[in-house]
Amino acid sequence: MRTRFLFSRLADLAFVLFGVSIIVFLMIRLVPGDAVAIMLGANTDITPERVAELRGRLGLDLPFYVQYFNWIGGVLQGDFGTSIWTGRPVAQEIGAHIWPTLQLTLLSVAVGAGLSIPIGCFMAQARGRGIEVAVRVGAIAGLTIPSFWLGIVSIFLLAKLLPGVSALGYVPFTQDPLGNLQRMILPVIALSLPMLANLSRLVRSAMLDALSQDYIRTAKAKGASQRLIVYKHALRNALIPFITSVGVMTGYLLGGAIVVEQVFAIPGLGRLVLGAIAERNYPLVQATILVMTSAFVIVNFLVDLLYAVIDPRVAQK
Amino acid sequence: MRRFVAKNRLLSFALGFVALQVLLAVAAPLVSPHSPFAQVMAQRMQGPNLLNWLGTDQLGRDVFARILYGYRTSLLTCVTAVGLALVVGGTLGMLAAYYRGWFDRILMRFMDVLFAFPILLLAIGVIAVLGPNMWSAAIAIAIVYTPIFARLLRGPALVICESEYVMGAKAIGASDARIIFAHLLPNLASVVLVQTSLLLSAAILVEASLSFLGLGAQPPVPSLGLMLSEGRNFLMLSPWPAIFAGFAILFLSFGFNLLGDALRDTLDPRLRGQDQ
Repeated sequence: MRTRFLFSRLADLAFVLFGVSIIVFLMIRLVPGDAVAIMLGANTDITPERVAELRGRLGLDLPFYVQYFNWIGGVLQGDFGTSIWTGRPVAQEIGAHIWPTLQLTLLSVAVGAGLSIPIGCFMAQARGRGIEVAVRVGAIAGLTIPSFWLGIVSIFLLAKLLPGVSALGYVPFTQDPLGNLQRMILPVIALSLPMLANLSRLVRSAMLDALSQDYIRTAKAKGASQRLIVYKHALRNALIPFITSVGVMTGYLLGGAIVVEQVFAIPGLGRLVLGAIAERNYPLVQATILVMTSAFVIVNFLVDLLYAVIDPRVAQK
Repeated sequence: MRRFVAKNRLLSFALGFVALQVLLAVAAPLVSPHSPFAQVMAQRMQGPNLLNWLGTDQLGRDVFARILYGYRTSLLTCVTAVGLALVVGGTLGMLAAYYRGWFDRILMRFMDVLFAFPILLLAIGVIAVLGPNMWSAAIAIAIVYTPIFARLLRGPALVICESEYVMGAKAIGASDARIIFAHLLPNLASVVLVQTSLLLSAAILVEASLSFLGLGAQPPVPSLGLMLSEGRNFLMLSPWPAIFAGFAILFLSFGFNLLGDALRDTLDPRLRGQDQ
């Protein structure tokens, strides 16, 4: 049963990745008008020869399916083509920008998911009429505060309160670990807050659900402590919907990271893709979207597998 | 109706809060004494005062007026986008549930693929193709939300299609169109209402993010996201435009989220206390 589940999930994964690659591939072909002329854009010395040359270099003069297989074949070997303007390999550009985004996203997932468990448990236990409404409103506020606004306000406050501290930019962890983490604090807060609000609400309702089950009554009857009941019996069962949500929220964070990077001047994938759009560097846009989406798809695939480990009933269906 | 609203204090508050903002947007020229475009260079970057209630921006334009017209841009973009997604996605989801079989399988597979993209990233991809402006943003949000509506409506529609009254309607020979319009659609109304409100709340944030990134409405169109990104550059000189624009986005999104939540409680008491 286990292997069959694994294979069916792998088949789904392959299909979704294939579909994603088709859509990303079609992007450049769907640009209204002549993509190549638009890419050359403001360049004054556009000659028919140059257009034809670029078209040949991008392989746009070949039949569609040949273009796709050439492109995906390259991608699978780590060759995303060359950046139109700099002439550098796209893979190299992505490699230079991927770490800040990765660090920002992972730290935010860790903070958002990590804090939501104690907060959600607390909310479930401290369920009272007044508090319940306040917490509910607070959580919706957390969900609807634009993370980029939170970032801007926090930069402003920091500059007013601690004028000497720089919150902007990025230093690689390997160069200056302390400076790196210091600059990550505000972006991580801004990025993880919506996730924290969302997951706390989820943990709260899952815990309330779990706490009303029969096995909790049994545990109470045999004299287990409140702490043991909450954290061992109820939490384990409440974690199942939680883990699925963490996977889904990672996608929101990847999107949110693009905006937060822009606010805090972090040179990550978000800045890369925005710059690429501005200069109509389509191969770079395609590659960045493909890499980020594939990462998201694979995270969700792993979450699915984890789900089956935690709850063996899933794999049996 | 009046008794109904009085009984649901959260719902009436949410309704009032959203209605107030929509009204302010619609009646913007009547409410604001200033034009959102008029630049008064002598009064640049003022804080809130009697003449300019929420101050002025870096070009001496009235922040209050720009926020009201920004509401217009935001609501116009998001209502268009969510409306389109609801019609296209909702119809597809409903048809998939009704006809099942290969149509359902192929369609939902395609939706799975669209669903695999992080929301903002797919929107950015669409805008990269269409070129950055307000209507591209609307189309991008519509494309992102289509699979969400398809999935959201397919589930409940499947349940309704299995119900006895639909079986009964089929047995007495009702046409497909009659079953879909007379039985399926009315019974999905509450799901549609709740989800549209919740998704509008999220769409407002997506629209604000896109225009903040320079991928939505272009200057000089008044837009809340754009106000934030412009205000950011003058933050230390005058934080007011950025702060008020942020609150405007927050209130608009918050209002629709609260409305969706309250509607869910009112329309389906079974779901009370659940978050998903």
